Amino acid sequence: MSKIKSFEELKQIREQVLTRMDIREKGDHIEKLVEVRVAMATCGIAAGARNVMNAFINEIADQGLDNVVVTQTGCMGYCYAEPTVEVRIPGKEPIVFGEVDEKKVQAIIEKYIKKGELLDGIIPVTHKGIED
Amino acid sequence: MSNYKMHVLVCGGTGCISAESGKIVENLIQCLQEHHMEEEVQVVKTGCFGFCEKGPIVKILPDNTFYVQVTPDDAKIIVEEHIVKGRKVKKLLYKDPGTKETIEDSKHMDFYKKQMRIALRNCGFIDPTNIDEYIARDGYHALGMALTEWTPEQVIDAIKKSGLRGRGGGGFPTGLKWEFARKSSSDKKYVVCNADEGDPGAFMDRSILEGDPHSIIEAMAICGYAIGADEGKVYIRAEYPLAIQRLKKAMKDAEEYGLLGNHILGTDFHFHIEIKYGAGAFVCGEETALIHSMEGERGEPTTKPPFPAESGYWGKPTNVNNVETFANIPIILLKGADWFKKIGTEKSPGTKVFALAGKVNNVGLIEVPMGITLREVIFDIGGGIKDGKKFKAVQTGGPSGGCLTEKDLDTPIDFDTLLTKGSMMGSGGMIVMDEDDCMPSVAKFYLEFTEEESCGKCTPCRVGTKRLSEVLKKITAGQGTMEHLQELKRLSVVIQETALCGLGQTAPNPILSTLNNFEEEYIAHVRDKQCPAGQCTALLKYIINEEKCIGCTVCARVCPVNAITGERKKPHVIDQATCIKCGACYDRCPTHAIEKR
Repeated sequence: MSKIKSFEELKQIREQVLTRMDIREKGDHIEKLVEVRVAMATCGIAAGARNVMNAFINEIADQGLDNVVVTQTGCMGYCYAEPTVEVRIPGKEPIVFGEVDEKKVQAIIEKYIKKGELLDGIIPVTHKGIED
Repeated sequence: MSNYKMHVLVCGGTGCISAESGKIVENLIQCLQEHHMEEEVQVVKTGCFGFCEKGPIVKILPDNTFYVQVTPDDAKIIVEEHIVKGRKVKKLLYKDPGTKETIEDSKHMDFYKKQMRIALRNCGFIDPTNIDEYIARDGYHALGMALTEWTPEQVIDAIKKSGLRGRGGGGFPTGLKWEFARKSSSDKKYVVCNADEGDPGAFMDRSILEGDPHSIIEAMAICGYAIGADEGKVYIRAEYPLAIQRLKKAMKDAEEYGLLGNHILGTDFHFHIEIKYGAGAFVCGEETALIHSMEGERGEPTTKPPFPAESGYWGKPTNVNNVETFANIPIILLKGADWFKKIGTEKSPGTKVFALAGKVNNVGLIEVPMGITLREVIFDIGGGIKDGKKFKAVQTGGPSGGCLTEKDLDTPIDFDTLLTKGSMMGSGGMIVMDEDDCMPSVAKFYLEFTEEESCGKCTPCRVGTKRLSEVLKKITAGQGTMEHLQELKRLSVVIQETALCGLGQTAPNPILSTLNNFEEEYIAHVRDKQCPAGQCTALLKYIINEEKCIGCTVCARVCPVNAITGERKKPHVIDQATCIKCGACYDRCPTHAIEKR
């Protein structure tokens, strides 16, 4: 560690370390954020869910979208359409996207998350969670 | 940039560590390695979450899942189910004792709903051994702002305007204290952090030092800048090893970053901190006694004036503040005095941390806005009285405080109202008592404590507390008289008026407040020779109900002194002269024929 020589330098260090706490800060008020849930069961991971999740995380960080948080969930049951991703915008019904790849990640972010427009590849939800 | 997708926070407070939270961390890391996920999931040991009743606590982010009473063996299931497969582990989620529903995140728990965390803002959120995490939470920014943009007078003004009052118990306005120290002219001044937490059952200061040590270092440096001191001392009891260890690590990291030492942040301000160990004497929480102890003298108080602000450590102007007071300083400067004033009540702004203990369901460390009622603290946050028993009293202010009863439950908690009700805020101990607690025995407990902790310098305290505890011993042993009650009152007032320091002056409070609220219970002890709560064994009588006794002889066989006689299948009798009131027969009787009177 080298010495911090000015208040400006301290502020710069804060910017650098801020991203480390991002997950915790967002988790603290997750109910107000757009939540992207990637299905990360064995089937999903085999179909490339890990790459999809990384793509979401990187893209969201690159664009600085601080109202979006990426979490993982278990198998949603749509094995024919893995990797699957559920996007929950506060106040809206959750929407599940199937056969998501890195290209589709861009489209989901650009169209659905940023503008609220729907796009192809939506799986009609056939079940309800116990909390719904 | 880190690639972590998930953070697992594990409580690293003293309570949870004693429940093997260290082993939980080890097992989590090992399981993550087995699944090759150690680079995706970060395991962080944090400070106390406060919900000690349900510890060890494990919190998973960003999905904000709160697991309670986790064992080292549960690490495997958390990794395999939650982290790998994304399924929450039902059996480790908190269940609401009332509705029996499982609650996934802490925000929806009654224990956290009414809390407001300012002094504890980073406890259970950051890794206390990682200075970067503190900086990410605006750490050392208040110091940076003060040093580069504010004059010392402006800092003092902000603290004065915020209305912050000393959290150690006295409630003296902190800004005013700083101003006195600023105005004393001297070539050398000191800042002292009082971490000599001595109330039985209280652990607010320990948890702050363990969970967020940098906030104290930053605040002490700000205070140094404000009053014109370049040296700080933390007076901490040696029996807080984890707090000391984390504070040392924090000081070392701050020095390496140049946030402690010479020319802090490139300015001409120098500040150094040294730790001073106390041997755990209650009286050393009193500032003059604390200063003498730091100088290597006996930990005995001296009369004020002179106040430490004029002549303190080695005769130099010294500002002494409690840990929790300091923890409020950085955030007041960052968010402004007006923000702080809006929280709490007009005369007691801000929040207070309490160590909630005794007969409540949710024992733990809580922080609430001033002005909240005792009812909300005990019944909403505390979850009510254990085993469905009846609430009797709550003791605040430790050995210097008093008892509050049912009629005071809707009293707002702040410095002044607690005083008018015959108790005090104190440093934050809060012990809840139920119908089984005997009030003269409670008073006896506290008086035995102050008798032992009295430094012996002044007669009213040294001899007075001894006489008081002797009288209480007689009363609880069934040898009291009505005159003894008068004697308690008379002597209490004398001690209050003549003792040298706060310890003696407040020592009679537990007696006066219990006498005031529960006089009939004292009278029952001395006149009727009965203990209504059934706690004073000397006043208890075990009697066998002839109608219920089936003559099974179980009681006669368990009695250690052979006080019970009787033929088989015929009612038995207890010889009162031989009975030692151990209660063995009472616990074992299959037909509950033995009665306690």
